[in-house]
Amino acid sequence: MAIQAWLPIEGGDAAGALRKFLAGLLSAGYVDALLVPCRLVGEEAVTPALVESPEALEACEPLAPVMSHNMAVMAGRLTVMDTGRRVGVWLRPCELRALIELTKLHQATLDHVLTIGVDCLGTYEVADYAAMVRAGKQPAELWRGAADGEAVPADGYVLRSACRMCEYPTAASADIRIGLLGLDFPRQVLVESEEPLPVELPPAEVPARRQEVLERVRARRTAERDAAFAAWRAEVPDLRRLAERFATCIRCHNCMVACPICYCKECIFRTPTFDHEPEQYFRWAERRGVLRMPTDTLLFHITRLNHMATSCVGCGLCESACPSHLPVATLFRSVAQSVQALFNYEAGRSLKDELPLATFREDELTDLGK
Amino acid sequence: MADFEPRIVAFLCNWCTYTAADLAGTSRLQYPPNVRVIRLMCTGALDPVYVSKALLEGADGVLIGGCHPGDCHYQSGNYKARRRIAILHTILAQLGFDPQRVWLRWISASEGQRFADTVTEMVEHLRRLGPNPMRELPMS
Repeated sequence: MAIQAWLPIEGGDAAGALRKFLAGLLSAGYVDALLVPCRLVGEEAVTPALVESPEALEACEPLAPVMSHNMAVMAGRLTVMDTGRRVGVWLRPCELRALIELTKLHQATLDHVLTIGVDCLGTYEVADYAAMVRAGKQPAELWRGAADGEAVPADGYVLRSACRMCEYPTAASADIRIGLLGLDFPRQVLVESEEPLPVELPPAEVPARRQEVLERVRARRTAERDAAFAAWRAEVPDLRRLAERFATCIRCHNCMVACPICYCKECIFRTPTFDHEPEQYFRWAERRGVLRMPTDTLLFHITRLNHMATSCVGCGLCESACPSHLPVATLFRSVAQSVQALFNYEAGRSLKDELPLATFREDELTDLGK
Repeated sequence: MADFEPRIVAFLCNWCTYTAADLAGTSRLQYPPNVRVIRLMCTGALDPVYVSKALLEGADGVLIGGCHPGDCHYQSGNYKARRRIAILHTILAQLGFDPQRVWLRWISASEGQRFADTVTEMVEHLRRLGPNPMRELPMS
């Protein structure tokens, strides 16, 4: 029997109420530890942290609109082998969907994980969040628009582009779901759970308005997504134009490191596979008159697409990590949309859908191989 | 473009299509010399990175040849290859590169003639398409 309950909130402090709720889970032994966003070093940065003591949750920032890392990767580090401990993991929708993909890729397990999924209005870039804090602004004021599902960033700032076109405002498949949108925020925070909770909470009747607001958010962001994809496809009609558009890629591989999905423990582009004998480079240069170095920049991106587009959840951390501010997320999401559609697959939708590259059907794609 | 000679990189599985290519040779079948063959143990072992590398460096076409569905020496490698190539096709199409420069063909060890015909057909197809537009880029 699913539980729907209100979180008791004092003085409009929703973040405080969430901290107290999390502390309750920890104190009751419902989980052995919590993986949650915390402000541990200085005021400017919020990062994932593994919390064992309820008192340490003082530093927890459940509503900070910033995502320094995809929490799914951290959850994978903690769960890829069984420690006998049960950990509660605080997940935005894209983080939960990434964790589902990583679980299917055998780089995380959900056996001893309590997933706590939270509604998301979007996040700021890490540097912008820090700048806002330095300037005395309150980034969490973004949540003022939670009731209407309107994410209005502070003056002079924008949300990450991946967030602006994210059509997943809720973490629907989490064990515990924290509802913030379409309610009387910050006076109402909804807690939903399939299992009985260790803390007493007053039962909630979810107002119909919440569903309407969520639909509106999805529709608006889907429209934004489609417009971004259309603009991108018009701007980059062919591979040559893509090479030009990505000419400022410095091959730092940040996008690969930041990607929660990129699953190879050793990336082929970090091996000597495409290092050649010096003589070879001279021959190429001789043949064409000139050789751009390092070589294989476009190959790097196209290969990453081939490897992970089936599981791309659109978190956009690739783009946030790009020092050249290339629209990496738009490229990957737009391609991923077509690739996932090919197999009627939706990354992060369900543990039950098999990874497209891990399975096949004998009677499919028969017009491809002849 | 009368003097355009397409260059094809072919990734052929050891058990079927490579053997078919061998048979075409020992049977003295005539086919265009535009193909450079790389032998693999299985099409299922072909990472798309190598197909992409060939295309980005200017190969006009890539031929991937494996055992007929159901006949894979390793049971299902060719089915897995088919999915990977379907994904590669989709990505190339999305990026505005003609996916029909990449052919996946099932040619068994006994089908030397089919191998010769496939290469002939592909060379004609690529002649019509013209050179790979990526050829002129200084290796992006």
